Amino acid sequence: MSEAARPLVTTRPDDNGIAARIEGSAIGDTVYRWMTTGFALCIPILLLFIALEVGVAAWPALKAFGFGFLTSSEWDPPHNVFGAAPAIYGTIVSSIIALVIATPLALGVAIFLSEFAPSWLRQPVAFLVDLLAAIPSVVYGLWGIFVLQPLLRDHVMPFLSGLPLIGQTGLFEGPAYGPSMLSAGLILAIMVLPFISAVSREVLMAVPRSQREAALALGATKWEMIADAVVPYARSGIIGGIILGLGRALGETMAVTMLIGNVHKISASLLAPGYTMASLIANEFAEATGDLHLSALMAVGAVLFVVTLIVNGLARWLVWRVSREAQ
Amino acid sequence: MTRSTLFAMVATGLVSVACAGGESKSTRDSAATSPSPASAASAGADLTGAGATFPQPIYSKWFSDYAAKTGVKINYQSIGSGGGIRQIQEGTVDFGASDAPMTDDEMAKAKGGPIFHFPTVLGADVITYNVPGVTQSLQLTGDVVADIFLGKIKKWNDARIAGLNQGVKLPASDILVVHRSDGSGTTYVFTDYLTAVSPAWASGPGKAKDVKWPVGLGGKGNEGVAGQIKQTPGTIGYVELAYANQNRLPVAKLKNAAGQFVSPTIASITAAAAGALEKLGPNTDYRVTIVNAPGAEAYPISSFTWLLVYQRQQDSAKGKKLVDFIRWALTEGEGSAAALDYAPIPEAVSKQLLEKLASIQVGTAS
Repeated sequence: MSEAARPLVTTRPDDNGIAARIEGSAIGDTVYRWMTTGFALCIPILLLFIALEVGVAAWPALKAFGFGFLTSSEWDPPHNVFGAAPAIYGTIVSSIIALVIATPLALGVAIFLSEFAPSWLRQPVAFLVDLLAAIPSVVYGLWGIFVLQPLLRDHVMPFLSGLPLIGQTGLFEGPAYGPSMLSAGLILAIMVLPFISAVSREVLMAVPRSQREAALALGATKWEMIADAVVPYARSGIIGGIILGLGRALGETMAVTMLIGNVHKISASLLAPGYTMASLIANEFAEATGDLHLSALMAVGAVLFVVTLIVNGLARWLVWRVSREAQ
Repeated sequence: MTRSTLFAMVATGLVSVACAGGESKSTRDSAATSPSPASAASAGADLTGAGATFPQPIYSKWFSDYAAKTGVKINYQSIGSGGGIRQIQEGTVDFGASDAPMTDDEMAKAKGGPIFHFPTVLGADVITYNVPGVTQSLQLTGDVVADIFLGKIKKWNDARIAGLNQGVKLPASDILVVHRSDGSGTTYVFTDYLTAVSPAWASGPGKAKDVKWPVGLGGKGNEGVAGQIKQTPGTIGYVELAYANQNRLPVAKLKNAAGQFVSPTIASITAAAAGALEKLGPNTDYRVTIVNAPGAEAYPISSFTWLLVYQRQQDSAKGKKLVDFIRWALTEGEGSAAALDYAPIPEAVSKQLLEKLASIQVGTAS
């Protein structure tokens, strides 16, 4: 190749063929660069089209109900009145419950596996935890109806409402039927746990050995080493794992629909049933024939889209702040 | 999930495109008597339909029996009544199916002209419950059921329930209502009944595939409602008859328009259709509900399920196949309904339907 190319560059006497080779490969580079740019652009363009399509379909409902769509609890298909406040509230609250329960558990699992577990135990336990992510959500839902809910109704819920102080907060008031924000949050916690723990484990394992050795050399106990040297080093990665879990919790549909009770009402008590945006769409889309009803469901989709964007933006900002502090 | 389902989905997509795109072409071709080779070759199905999930078991049986007998393959997707109505409006399927009749608005939006409703089989909603200590079948009236679902009757030992069930020991516990959370024909039939028997329900939640429920919890699908009722003492709810029978759920007897307490059975549902249609003339469009029907034997929460078919069939080959199939379904097909817990159409009605079938215009005569 270089021999064939040489005559082409004879106009430049100081050239010894290297430039020609570089120039030849530059065509491949350019093609490759434009191709990857094209692939990368596909995703934002796709996102834009989804946003546009959902926005256009949602417009009639947003125009009809205005800001009230976000604050009203009225959802009455035969009379064409729609307000999504309970679903928005339920999506956020059930996701918060899920993260509050799943994060410490998942971190515990990750720290055990990366710092304490003997190597013969590490792989099987990690495999089993990861397997939780592979269970279909309808199976989680069925398990929730037949195992988790009776357990919560007969034992956990009466215990929670009977607790001193916590029982008085209003969080655990009212009759315990089973289908509730608490059941939905719990099932979500189990579902997001493998995401958080898998990412955290990988990040913790990637912390350099020297970091640990330095802490130990300074006289730190094992606990101090983990808390002060290893976890802070892995902080931004762990938060990334939590964001991934949050994304899953916000969008989860089937298991939540089966356990949350599907009632358009905002209740302070976690024992009361509620609704989420994803389950509202899943429940009603197939049989919605009215134009405004369809548009209202699209509007719920648009709101879910925006809520997800906001939450993700907040989380990114958090990662950015944490990693800046760490430096 | 399986390869065959995927194939079916892709195939229907192709047919839909072919139908939507080739409308003018197919009208020209209809003079030549070729049996639409394009769709047969591309999809392996001669007719496509979409809609209601409730009659899906009987429809699948019909389609496979009919294919074995005549070789005509019919692809049906149970995507829900709402989806079936949307697809027949757009003309992307050869027939739709719905558990609720189309409204005048929906009929007006159909792109292919007037749509005929053909009742195929009958179903019913049953009231099921979980009351500790009660083993007998409870007896209920329409206004008591409505007031329970309105939240006006709150305890199982309420005087109005106890008055209808002398000798049954009812507990003093709270009633917990369980309804469908997803939009469904089952809910449409149930709320249609409550609207017919209770002025308070009619002026409140009203009838629709999904309403604003005053009280209770939502379960997804028949299985979600039934699962919740099985798991929770003190609950009451409604499911399809077939589902209740197959799962041996306790079922309430309801007082019908003639004042009799009737259990939901194949016979009592067919009786409801016969009673309701005696009053209708031969020119009915069958967009009728038969809840709270007259007749001593009639079960009050009964309903038709319909096939939706354009009166003017653009493609003569397909139109002829469709008409032949419906004729077969209304005569021979009805025989296999009862085994699958559907009630067959009364004979007097299917006679009228066969006459109406003859008025479908196949081809482009007009």
